[in-house]
Amino acid sequence: MTSCAPAPADAPVTTVLVVPGMHCAGCMGKVEHGLAALAGVRSARVNLSARQVSVVHDAALTVPELTTALANIGFASQPRADELAAPASAVKPLLAPLGVAAFACMNVMLLSVSVWSGAEGATRELFHMLSAAIGVPAIAYAGRVFFASAWSALRRGRTNMDVPISIGVALATGLSLYETFTHGADAWFDGTLMLLLFLLAGRALDAMMRDRARAGVDALLRQAAPGAMVVGRQGALEWLAARDLLPGMTLRVAAGERFAADGTIAGGRTRLDRSLLTGESAPVPAAVGDAVLAGMLNLDAPVDVRVTASGADTSLAEIARLMESAGQVRSRYVRIADRASRWYAPAVHTLAAVSFAGWMLHGAGLHQSLVIAIAVLIITCPCALGLAVPVAQVVACGALMKRGVMVKDGSALERMAKIDRAVIDKTGTLTMGRPLPDPAVLAALPADAAAVALGLASHSRHPLSRALAEALAAHGARAAELADVIEEPGEGVRALWQGRLARLRRPDGENAAGRMASVIDIAGDPAFLVTFADRLRPDAAQALAALHRLGIESSILSGDSAGAVADIARLTGLEARAAQTPADKQAAIAALQAQGHAVLMAGDGLNDGPALAAADASIAPGSASDVGRQAADMVFLTDSLLALPRAVALSRATMRVVRQNFVLAIGYNMLAVPLAIMGVVTPLLAAVAMSTSSLVVIANSLRLALPEHFQQKWAPVLRPEMRQESHRAGRP
Amino acid sequence: MTGLAFLLPVALGMGLFGLAAFFWALRRGQFEDLDGAAARILIDDDAPAERRDT
Repeated sequence: MTSCAPAPADAPVTTVLVVPGMHCAGCMGKVEHGLAALAGVRSARVNLSARQVSVVHDAALTVPELTTALANIGFASQPRADELAAPASAVKPLLAPLGVAAFACMNVMLLSVSVWSGAEGATRELFHMLSAAIGVPAIAYAGRVFFASAWSALRRGRTNMDVPISIGVALATGLSLYETFTHGADAWFDGTLMLLLFLLAGRALDAMMRDRARAGVDALLRQAAPGAMVVGRQGALEWLAARDLLPGMTLRVAAGERFAADGTIAGGRTRLDRSLLTGESAPVPAAVGDAVLAGMLNLDAPVDVRVTASGADTSLAEIARLMESAGQVRSRYVRIADRASRWYAPAVHTLAAVSFAGWMLHGAGLHQSLVIAIAVLIITCPCALGLAVPVAQVVACGALMKRGVMVKDGSALERMAKIDRAVIDKTGTLTMGRPLPDPAVLAALPADAAAVALGLASHSRHPLSRALAEALAAHGARAAELADVIEEPGEGVRALWQGRLARLRRPDGENAAGRMASVIDIAGDPAFLVTFADRLRPDAAQALAALHRLGIESSILSGDSAGAVADIARLTGLEARAAQTPADKQAAIAALQAQGHAVLMAGDGLNDGPALAAADASIAPGSASDVGRQAADMVFLTDSLLALPRAVALSRATMRVVRQNFVLAIGYNMLAVPLAIMGVVTPLLAAVAMSTSSLVVIANSLRLALPEHFQQKWAPVLRPEMRQESHRAGRP
Repeated sequence: MTGLAFLLPVALGMGLFGLAAFFWALRRGQFEDLDGAAARILIDDDAPAERRDT
């Protein structure tokens, strides 16, 4: 965020804003030029991968001014939260070793090819010397990653995949050096470097995937207003970050904003959307003296709130405590690569030791026995095995990300593949979680009225206005030209259209709190009443049917009232439980797990946090609370609920490919290890076998990205939705 | 052998040059925003060029 060291007034400060809506070059250009045009902005540079823009500007320019400027050109933005300030990239420390290994591997291979094709005598020795001069420093540098990890495992008395790798690399390097200085025929620098290169590539891919997923999820960090306008003593307004809010302060919260802290209303009257906290879909009226909680959405009018608790004292603390104790299933989960290495490492070491002992007993001599044992180690080094899991998972995650599902890490795919039971939250997950205008009324609107309504709605940040503007724009309406636009908080927007008074206002005679509606009122024309309601996500029924076809039974677990839940249960035909507290939800998941089910939790709210953390795998929509997004393994950005069956199906396909990869990698060992034990493997044979098996594993994994592969089982279900989505993607 | 004496340093020098270029790019932050770099070429810069102080 802002580097707020006390500095002279004219010293530029740097602010990093998260802009989740940037997708393409056009967006980048608009954001950079839009900010650069602002007085006081020195420079603005977008990072599209992280969906961020870093702005260098004069200290006089405040953060809200920057976000307003972006909002005016159509981009929602938030200052980057502090805890995300410097997300340590996992890829970066691997890139330099990867580069060194690639350089050394290529050059040593060049020299080795000459040796294999018949270089002899002084030439061969020169080439071996050169290989050693390049190879030894390169191995020492590029191998650090593995040596460090192996050492830390060994120190704790454990073993991991890096232990056999480190031992193999160290022994092979030592033997090659010995051969070089004793004028031997074979040196293994090329094989050792190639091994490091492939393994580093696998690691880097794994890390790259995690970085990308994290950048995407961080960019979505929008919820729980990270700050608020604080009313000072002289009535001056000052913007403060959420962590700086203190009990006793007075906040001014505009309509359409979320509360940044718990408090009581000190002035104004409004309605609150509590769905993120409780799952309740109906807005609740609130007036002076009523309590509000951090994360609630202020719907109607600006209110002043006196802060009663902030930060760690808020009602979120209870949910956070529940979540801390809930993550046990996941921390107990052991990733498939680690499970494989548990038996692989001892097996490899035993094989090498047995070959050494066998040849010694056979009377082969120390040198030859050692060479053979090391050949066994190199051949069995889990080169293809090291690529088997990460490549498949990276390809699958890439395919899912293209379809709007962010995967946090590879273990999420592994756990998702085992799911046989789904529990789905209602508000915000099964439904859109926001009021949407009645499509029948919109369809009946005359074009003029629609154009005026869009023009009016686009001037307001009221949630109903924004929903209306979005729906009208999607219907193809164009905003009419309006004059003298005025927004009256709590009342609506009015303007002059072709000399007539046009209003978008609340309905006459305040209706029951549970109903949401607004009126499009153009003087001289009949007024239109547009009702709003939370609706099921598109394709919810198809998605549930697809889950059923995958052998996954679903049920609803909601914090909403029994009546609202019963409606949705009837529409979807699912068994449902209403009025669940966060602890109830967590207990329900634990009960299913006790019956032997692997449970998928899909939810969005703060109240779903503990359940999301407790489930075997979890998924949250992009509109979820930050608690929901952080607790979930996957986040889907599309409106469609088909993301659920899609994620499960591709996870299962990924695990199939991973198992195939294991079979391929181990199958190669079955062929090569007997040759190595018999002592007939040369460095040439090792290099060829190693690269072939790695390429086969990579090629097999790439199948996951094939569109055919992805759609096969889905063709009947996905077709209409895919069309819709490609249409959506085509929009800027 | 005289050919080798000439070719080996050339080959290694070229490789080292590539490695140095890679490290230079890494240090300069060229790998920070791969998606952005791909998209940036498509921006129509008809507006006055922005100032880049980095």
